[in-house]
Amino acid sequence: MTEASRARKHEPRKAPVTAGGKGPTTSAMIASLTAEGYETIHAPFGHALVELARRDERIVGLTADLGKYTDLHVFAEAMPGRFYQMGMAEAVLMSAAAGLAREGFMPFATTYAVFAARRAYDFIAMAIAEENLPVRIVCALPGLTTGYGPSHQATEDLAIFRGLPNLTIVDPCDAVDIAQMVPAIAAHDGPVYCRLLRGRVPVVLTRHKPDYRFELGRAQMIRDGRDVLVIATGLMTMRALDAAVKLAQDGIGVAVLHVPTIKPLDRATILEEAGKCGRLVVTAENHTVVGGLGEAVATTLLTAGVTPAFRMIGLPDAFLEAGALPTLHDMYGISTDRVAAQIRAWL
Amino acid sequence: MTQSHRASSRFNVSLEQRAWSIRRKALLMGEVQGQGYIGQALGIADVLAAAYFHALDYRADDPKWEGRDRFLLSVGHYAIALYAALMEAGILPEEELATYGMDDSRLPMSGMASYTPGMEITGGSLGQGLGIAIGMALGLRRKRSKAFVYNLMSDGELGEGSTWEAAMVAAHHRLGNLICLVDFNNQQADGKSTQMLSAEPVEAKWRAFGWHCQRVDGNDLDAVVGAFDTARAVAEPVPRVIIFDTRMCKGVPFLERREIAHFVRVEADEWVKALSALEEGRPA
Ligand SMILES: Cc1ncc(C[n+]2csc(CCOP(=O)(O)OP(=O)(O)O)c2C)c(N)n1
Ligand SMILES: [Mg+2]
Repeated sequence: MTEASRARKHEPRKAPVTAGGKGPTTSAMIASLTAEGYETIHAPFGHALVELARRDERIVGLTADLGKYTDLHVFAEAMPGRFYQMGMAEAVLMSAAAGLAREGFMPFATTYAVFAARRAYDFIAMAIAEENLPVRIVCALPGLTTGYGPSHQATEDLAIFRGLPNLTIVDPCDAVDIAQMVPAIAAHDGPVYCRLLRGRVPVVLTRHKPDYRFELGRAQMIRDGRDVLVIATGLMTMRALDAAVKLAQDGIGVAVLHVPTIKPLDRATILEEAGKCGRLVVTAENHTVVGGLGEAVATTLLTAGVTPAFRMIGLPDAFLEAGALPTLHDMYGISTDRVAAQIRAWL
Repeated sequence: MTQSHRASSRFNVSLEQRAWSIRRKALLMGEVQGQGYIGQALGIADVLAAAYFHALDYRADDPKWEGRDRFLLSVGHYAIALYAALMEAGILPEEELATYGMDDSRLPMSGMASYTPGMEITGGSLGQGLGIAIGMALGLRRKRSKAFVYNLMSDGELGEGSTWEAAMVAAHHRLGNLICLVDFNNQQADGKSTQMLSAEPVEAKWRAFGWHCQRVDGNDLDAVVGAFDTARAVAEPVPRVIIFDTRMCKGVPFLERREIAHFVRVEADEWVKALSALEEGRPA
């Protein structure tokens, strides 16, 4: 942040006219995503993990004082003997997960995305990734999914983790992705980092494409359209789909390619879709525009000599404000309305 | 007359009354949002009253005054409590409590230096305050300043490795100008601290790390004040820590009796009830 904006923040504020915050104007840590019109499922990660653990004895769960906030409490309650509470100690969380993996177990370690990416990074790099150990790191509050401020907003986790060899990175869109991703990453023999939506999670993908199934490493077309191709990941696939529905009403055809696996990237599908001529290609991610999906797609296209008109939707290269999540999603251009408006303006 | 002049001229106000006012302001902020870390705020109010109205040297109208004692809020989520204390101290205008946690407020739910006068650091990523306090203590010593650095941290933060790295460094560098305050409310996010990752025996740990250590009832104002005095008066140049055993929701009996959690639920109609329950315990 610049000195100027610091000074601005320090000026006294007047009480808002409508105090009595029953509205959504809160910088609380836990905020729900606006996903109007979608059915929701409770704790899809926790329930999927319990189901899988019933079939596979090797699965164990660990957390660093965030079991309740990463839906791992569902597992902890169902299988208390296979759950390890590490206290608020993210470094040892990762080292211990590595140790369990060495002894033949299949650890799922949870915390918030910021604390895995920032605090525990070296432990993930050396104890887990360098040894290519099958540890699954599952992290809540990815990107801008809390209005609590930079301490909890993991706006650069994908950039951090993309640089790590051996690591598979998954950014699921909804409850369908999350539930199906759990067995898929368990079957993968190597370290995985997953972004997690927790609590009540919307069911999005099957609403738009009834036969959708998550496949690790694969990008999938969710809807077709002749004017624009949005290549989206995570939460932004939902935004892209909602924006596409809106834009269709104005006669603008928006295709949405969902890329839940950020690494390894499904280059073949991306090149095939982006190569279909004439469409504007837009990437959309719940992450800084530095080092995430957008830059990964740009590299893929350029190195293959595919050069459509190209734009990126993502968070700015800045520490973000605290505030209500809907306000912030509008402010930083990742709300449905702002996604639709940006695409319209680019056409 | 400005807020700061008003506050600083009220010298006849007892610490008990200060603590009570801090609790009241925190409840008023909680009411604005219908939520907040109110259990923590009510629990730590006595420690903050002793800090801001007995121990710390500061100028309400000049929060960046070079000679001030530094007070670092490592526990960013305790911001609601510190805002209340800063208002009571006249560093923040009380009117602003109506903006707590709102868009464009200077009082975000997690304490951040760039938002709020009197907020020394951006806390919230827990386990960072003590390390920063060490740097400030080293810096103040280089500047031959008489100021102390206080770091308020939580029992949950005792789990972070960074806390114990800092504990070693502070003792090694003989930082007699560093006073660490640990809120031992026996609570962290997933449950009771002693059951999640026990830090006990906690005094023995700090002592073994080379610190002067005291453990007192953090809701007994006399004991709290005595501990601050002792910590400041230690003759040897060693870092000092005070472990405060506190009770979450202290001062609002019906909340104290509720099943305590990291995020204590208060229903919409209960804020008014809590305020009147606090009123009943108002010190004379
Ligand atoms: C490094 C880090 N890890 C995890 C968190 C998430 N978190 C926020 S508060 C909290 C509990 C920490 O314990 P404590 O401060 O004692 O909690 P309280 O007494 O307020 O319940 C946790 C784990 C965090 N803020 N920072
Ligand atoms: Mg605690």
